[in-house]
Amino acid sequence: MRDLPPPRLDQAGPSLAIAARGLAKSFGTLRAVDGIDLEVPRGEIFAVLGPNGAGKTTLMRMLATLLPPDGGTATVMGHDLMCAPQAVRGAIAMTGQFASLDEDLTGRENLILLARLWGFSRRGARARAEALLADFGLSGAARRQVKDYSGGMRRRLDIAASLIVTPGVLFLDEPTTGLDPTARQRVWRLIRRLAGSGVTVLLTTQYLEEADQLARRIAVIDHGRKIAEGTSRELKAATGSGFLHVALHDPGGLDAAAALLSERLGHPVSRNAEDTRLAVMAGSAAEANAALAALIEAGHDVADFSMGTPSLEEVFFALTGRMEEATP
Amino acid sequence: MTDAPTGETGFARVERPAPPSAAANALTFGWRAVLKFKHVPEQLFDLVMTPIMFTLLFTFVFGGAIAGSTGDYLQFLLPGILVQTVMFNSVYSGMGLSTDFQKGLFDRFRSLPIWPLAPFAGLMAGDVLRHLIAGGIILGIGLALGFRPEAGVAGTLAAVALLVAIGFGVGWVFIVIGLLVRTPTTVMTLGFTVLFPLVFASNVMVDPATMPPWLESVVALNPVTHMTTAMRGLFAGNAGVGAVALALALPVMATLVLAPLVLALYRRR
Ligand SMILES: Nc1ncnc2c1ncn2[C@@H]1O[C@H](COP(=O)(O)OP(=O)(O)OP(=O)(O)O)[C@@H](O)[C@H]1O
Ligand SMILES: [Mg+2]
Repeated sequence: MRDLPPPRLDQAGPSLAIAARGLAKSFGTLRAVDGIDLEVPRGEIFAVLGPNGAGKTTLMRMLATLLPPDGGTATVMGHDLMCAPQAVRGAIAMTGQFASLDEDLTGRENLILLARLWGFSRRGARARAEALLADFGLSGAARRQVKDYSGGMRRRLDIAASLIVTPGVLFLDEPTTGLDPTARQRVWRLIRRLAGSGVTVLLTTQYLEEADQLARRIAVIDHGRKIAEGTSRELKAATGSGFLHVALHDPGGLDAAAALLSERLGHPVSRNAEDTRLAVMAGSAAEANAALAALIEAGHDVADFSMGTPSLEEVFFALTGRMEEATP
Repeated sequence: MTDAPTGETGFARVERPAPPSAAANALTFGWRAVLKFKHVPEQLFDLVMTPIMFTLLFTFVFGGAIAGSTGDYLQFLLPGILVQTVMFNSVYSGMGLSTDFQKGLFDRFRSLPIWPLAPFAGLMAGDVLRHLIAGGIILGIGLALGFRPEAGVAGTLAAVALLVAIGFGVGWVFIVIGLLVRTPTTVMTLGFTVLFPLVFASNVMVDPATMPPWLESVVALNPVTHMTTAMRGLFAGNAGVGAVALALALPVMATLVLAPLVLALYRRR
């Protein structure tokens, strides 16, 4: 069968878990993934960061053999995606964006089912299920139907279901979307522990903090294209030498202040999620100083300001230009 | 809070066991169908309520008028009701499939190194089980109401075997629909829209000789008619080989044509 070629360490090199070149996928006229190159070293956590509709899920589904690419090539753990999909499947596990569990079955039965499909004996499957349930803090809920699980429990069970056999690469599509901060921390710890045991993790996220916290390297994608890649430090450094952060006493003046800063400094101004602070790239400290002086001269009541490296969030906005609405 | 840092077993490296056979994969999916029965016994209610209502309503409301006596009518109606039961059953299996897809369960199955048709084989195994249970219940009710298979146990077993074959073949149709249609409710609507005219424009409820000629010729072309004729023949002990072959034509063709189509759709989806 063509799905079982001899193991081969090909041109991608043995040190790469994932090597993709020009991967592309269109839905009709929409180029969901538009030529993405990716190199993920073995044993690393790698984050793909992008807004809704950027193509994260599509990219991941292609790498997990769930969606045939229209163009490009890729190897996963040395197996070619197109020539040896069954070998790729043997080396990966995927936890999709939405829990892929049988809601009618219990947590334990879900895991046993998958263990049996992997080829464990009846007894082996039971033992494997118990071990995973214990490690994911789900022993107490093992005999409850999954439809009665909370979001965090589902997520953990879903990840556990991907670890029946230790995968070479684990794909996690937005592993903490919709979780509360405690549940998110818990999943983060699980992911770090997995990486510690040698599993390569490719995760997608919309949360900059998540990428910053977990991943060694981050690829930022938007509209199906990779717009930046590097460590979080590199991404921040690449965006600009300095960022001017300004907070006003009167939030009502933010729009006017943003317009002024953008005009003076020639860069788009972003604001934080709480709508209390503005951030803008500044070419130099002198320019920042002048802009600030102009702001105060115009009558804005500046509560607080600082110069510093940008947060990942600001990097993201600078790269994708998604905060244009802040500059009229 | 802890993540249960006791025993490191779950995080220890676990290698892949020897790959299981295709049959073992299919059996595992069959086991899943059995578990579903255990956890969702209500589904049995969905499966048998409609045929029970049909049997009771038609027998007691129309039976006397159509066949002279309710007893005679039940004798006429029940084999066709069994055919209707397995056909409606298949709609539920298409809905189940659509639900599994919607929930992303099939993404998990598809990313496993297993025989690609195994989930469907398991689905079919579950279907057969459901056909047997629902068919058994309807037959039991029929017997209690006075249905008498003249061909005895052997004839009844033959009829049940044919019933399962019919269900198996028709099952492919709804698997294809389940793969093509996005939501489970659409599968149901579509399924019943197709099945109701098929069941009514057949010889299940009334003798087609009483229908207008144009309808009679439609009924003669309806596969449900041939299935019902063969079922009646098997229960009565007078079924010809030709009748059984005609009844099996659609299921066999469906399997031959649709099984490869299912595989292609599944790979593409
Ligand atoms: N099966 C499909 N058919 C048509 N269009 C699709 C399909 N899947 C995805 N798309 C489109 O492709 C684009 C990328 O989708 P994708 O799901 O990969 O984005 P994403 O980055 O995962 O977004 P999100 O953060 O919302 O999950 C979107 O515009 C989406 O509407
Ligand atoms: Mg997505």
